[in-house]
Amino acid sequence: MRLHVLRTFLIPVSKSGHFSLIPGLSGVNCRPLFVVFLSLFALIPTLRAQEKPYFVTYSQDLEEPGNLEIETKTALAEPGQSHRYGALATELEYGVKAWWTSELYLDGQATAQDSTLFTGFRLENRVRPLMREHWINPVLYVEYENTSGGDKTLLEVVGHDGQSDLAEPNAEARREHQHEGEFKLILSSNRKAWNISENFISEKNFGHEPWEFGYALGATRPLRTLASGKPCGFCREKFIAGAEMYGGLGDTWSLTLGDTSHYVAPIVGWQLPKGRLSFSMGFGLTGSSLDRVYRIGWASELPQAGAWFRSHSGGAR
Amino acid sequence: MRSMPIRRGLGLLCLSIGATLLLCAAASSRWDRVPAKDHARVNPLASRSDSIAAGALVYRSHCEECHKADGMGDGHKKPPLRSDHIKSASDGDLEWFLRQGDLGHGMPSWSSLPEAQRWQVIAYLRSIQ
Repeated sequence: MRLHVLRTFLIPVSKSGHFSLIPGLSGVNCRPLFVVFLSLFALIPTLRAQEKPYFVTYSQDLEEPGNLEIETKTALAEPGQSHRYGALATELEYGVKAWWTSELYLDGQATAQDSTLFTGFRLENRVRPLMREHWINPVLYVEYENTSGGDKTLLEVVGHDGQSDLAEPNAEARREHQHEGEFKLILSSNRKAWNISENFISEKNFGHEPWEFGYALGATRPLRTLASGKPCGFCREKFIAGAEMYGGLGDTWSLTLGDTSHYVAPIVGWQLPKGRLSFSMGFGLTGSSLDRVYRIGWASELPQAGAWFRSHSGGAR
Repeated sequence: MRSMPIRRGLGLLCLSIGATLLLCAAASSRWDRVPAKDHARVNPLASRSDSIAAGALVYRSHCEECHKADGMGDGHKKPPLRSDHIKSASDGDLEWFLRQGDLGHGMPSWSSLPEAQRWQVIAYLRSIQ
């Protein structure tokens, strides 16, 4: 399904129909690499990832210590007065401790009738300051972003972000460099099989830019809470459904909701034996928002990857 | 010269406080921290015939990577689940511990699992003791 949607949205990136996420390599046939990537997922002992199928909102779920989760988040959209695009964020998430998760994101995008870009990376850390489970569980989030203006992954919406930011031609957008720090307060609760999460976002470009603010809210629930006694792939407990809402709240130079973007997006996640497939369709609520944002995600977990690396590098466990 | 008895006294005081703390820690079990109302809870799914099989599948998905397929742990940081410690716990103790986790010692909180699935895991843990 994902390939079909990507093909629908990404043609024609180049005349040959080939595309690449590495700058300077557009036109290179990536099919063999893609096949190797898929084969790796088929062969290595992966587990289904456990986090909720949110695309923007973070919950209190952290990675289990020693596990490495590989996740892709694809955003497909068509800004007004511009061409449709597909942006891919590949996320490597490692559980350093049960209360501390560290992540690396690699971002890229391809715009129809334009070009394909690697748009940068992000490093983030999430820490649970309270060791016990409470009614509301806070998680602190700190991120460093080194991206270009061509980044279209929409992993958060802050300040006065709007569809005009996504409509710039890649040649211009890639010249703008963004060194940003981002801080989030994540509040999350698990009650009666529901997860309800609220994120308060503040972001600062290290250049002479104002602080920008945003929010993300999400709620999800499995369709069935009781596990069945037989292995099954298509039973109700394998599906998690919910919705998220996110948007910008202005910045310190203009702390208003004018020209801000807001989205509401139903989401669904399907737990498969080798990973989690998730899908969302976001609807823009204001004039600055994109009309629709389609998102597709795949997450898979490598169990105890840290111990494996340590044992193969001769370190002590 | 006068400071020697003071130092010795302080040393003895620290030693006795340390020993008391160690004795207290040894005497108290992890389950002593469980609130009374949680401790008293009984597994509502224990009588269901499919709970053990379902719990085994949940265990395989979430617990096996650390505690191993036989529930014996890794002999290091991941403790065995077939032990007197687990046998002595009430259903409510185990459910509370799964929900809370022990983040400081590497055990994640499993509050994200639906409560029914936590009870199913407990039914499975009881079956392998």
